[in-house]
Amino acid sequence: MDLLSNLYLGLSIALQPHNLMFCFLGCLLGTLVGVLPGIGPTATIAMLLPITLSLDPSTSLIMLAGIYYGAQYGGSTTAILINLPGESSSAVTAIDGYQMAKRGRAGVALATAALGSFFAGTVATVILALFAPPLARAALNFGSPEYFSLMVLGLVCAIALAHGSILKATAMIIVGLLFGLVGADLYSGAQRFTFGIPQLSDELNFVAVAVGVFGIAEILRNLQNETDRDVMVKKVTNLWPSGEDFRRMFMPVVRGTALGSILGVLPGGGAILASFASYTVEKRISRTPQEFGKGAIEGVAAPESANNAGAQTSFIPMLTLGIPANPVMALMIGAMIIQGIVPGPNVVNQNPELFWGIIASMWAGNLMLVLLNLPLIGLWVRLLTIPYYLLFPAIMAFAAIGIYSINSNPYDLYTLTLFGALGYALVRFGCEPAPLLLGFVLGPMLEEHLRRAMIISKGDPSVFLTRPISATLLVMSVIVLVVVLMPSVRKKREEVFVEED
Amino acid sequence: MTFNRSDVGAGAIFVGIGLFFGLMTLYGLDIGTARRMGPGYFPIVLSGLLIVFGIATIIKGTGYDDVERGPLPWRGIAILLSVPVIFGLLIRPFGIGPVLLITTFITSFASRRMSPRAAIGLSLGLTIFCVLVFVIGLGLPLRVFGPMVEPWTRPIFGVR
Repeated sequence: MDLLSNLYLGLSIALQPHNLMFCFLGCLLGTLVGVLPGIGPTATIAMLLPITLSLDPSTSLIMLAGIYYGAQYGGSTTAILINLPGESSSAVTAIDGYQMAKRGRAGVALATAALGSFFAGTVATVILALFAPPLARAALNFGSPEYFSLMVLGLVCAIALAHGSILKATAMIIVGLLFGLVGADLYSGAQRFTFGIPQLSDELNFVAVAVGVFGIAEILRNLQNETDRDVMVKKVTNLWPSGEDFRRMFMPVVRGTALGSILGVLPGGGAILASFASYTVEKRISRTPQEFGKGAIEGVAAPESANNAGAQTSFIPMLTLGIPANPVMALMIGAMIIQGIVPGPNVVNQNPELFWGIIASMWAGNLMLVLLNLPLIGLWVRLLTIPYYLLFPAIMAFAAIGIYSINSNPYDLYTLTLFGALGYALVRFGCEPAPLLLGFVLGPMLEEHLRRAMIISKGDPSVFLTRPISATLLVMSVIVLVVVLMPSVRKKREEVFVEED
Repeated sequence: MTFNRSDVGAGAIFVGIGLFFGLMTLYGLDIGTARRMGPGYFPIVLSGLLIVFGIATIIKGTGYDDVERGPLPWRGIAILLSVPVIFGLLIRPFGIGPVLLITTFITSFASRRMSPRAAIGLSLGLTIFCVLVFVIGLGLPLRVFGPMVEPWTRPIFGVR
């Protein structure tokens, strides 16, 4: 069977000792990032990306992926133990997880989160292996009009799923698209928005943009209210859930996994939305909804499975279409491009070892994370108490070294400052940074496909509507837009995202 | 007049960016036609849209009141935004070692809780750590000591 031989290929790559080692390193760093305050996976991956470029492409992406799902695990630890989600997708876990910890069931909550995540990770890996190749095959027939429409759909979804104002999210995407155009024009070679500075002609360094918008803005937000972190549970005991706990968490884990797997594919913070949606679902169908918010194990099991499943399935559009579902995936695409791999449907055929290696490594990584998180929980608890003022200078130093070492170009650091300022101002004014980064990565591709499609069609814009796949994608975009703008949905949407703030 | 500062502020930034890109395009790039799009076609469409969305955001923000947010961390902002520039300016002449020492020391003071002694310790420790891990361990193409300081460091550390 095809799938089995492919998975075998993947496992043979993922289980090579040095790949295992970097996968482990990624998971370890990811957990660390999830546990430590004030630095999210996006900024970390952006900072560490330059360092992985000396590795071969599979190994480097395996490690980066490990950081990403490792952070999902680590984030739940802080959510449960100190009521502070280390990562935004763990925000809901804090509600019931922290209450469980208060009642002396921290160990059980942590184990539930870890086992639920492991189950979700395993299932989502299989889903990825099943659905990615056919999707990539279908995408091989895509021409420029299809790609353009697909990206439009992606951007529309990112707007729909962004928190807060739709107006602002749309504007943020356009800002990203515009900044993505800085540099030499692909067709005419004309310098655009470079002020005649040759160092800018390549296009802005996207690692600098990502670290600026996510990293610096995040540090500034933390400096705004520096407080000591109070760790209530110094020692975690009684890790193993009882039979009753297992019975109660089973269905929520399954439902969370299903919901997360679907939502993760959608562009725009799938994992975050998944955890919120699954919590809401559990609360609604529970026979004892009054327990939610007071330490219900379902309230930990479902969102934790959902966010991990979502993190995993967000790789599907990235690996098959070359289109990022979230900022982390945008960085992965950037890493592939720097490594000389063209993201898109050809990756499955031309770099099967990369494609299947990443998929298989996710399963191995999830297993490592369970081992890392449960027995070593004491170590992570101690890390929680590291004061922030010792952390952020290190973050800044790593960021500067990482960014400079990509091209040895000092202008990349000035880009960092520019986007740090812009990012902080916009975040402070209630805009979300993720759409900006997605727009930034998609900008050049969107323009290229638009112009190519128009050249092919001899300037006839109806080409986007006469080709069936392209037309379908555009119709779907319109439907999504209409649904989001409907008054009833708008109200609901605001309610969902208010909880998060 | 009541207005929501975050909406009006964000809208103003959007309009500003839209105007910046729009004017740069109008005064320097060939827009072309829909059939043969020039390098200015996509930017001019986008900047137009951005200005529209910016104005819409501003209009939405007038008429309802502000939400209270904490004070701005001015010291942090000033320090964190200038540190990358300092790093960029000094990295070529001084090399990664001295630059890290300087920038980490400055960065430390973005937090009000940092004491000078802790800042010195942290910058020394972090510099040594970074040089060991990134330059020696991972072999990133960075010079530890640039031409400006090399004459003094060479007798002690050799060529790095």
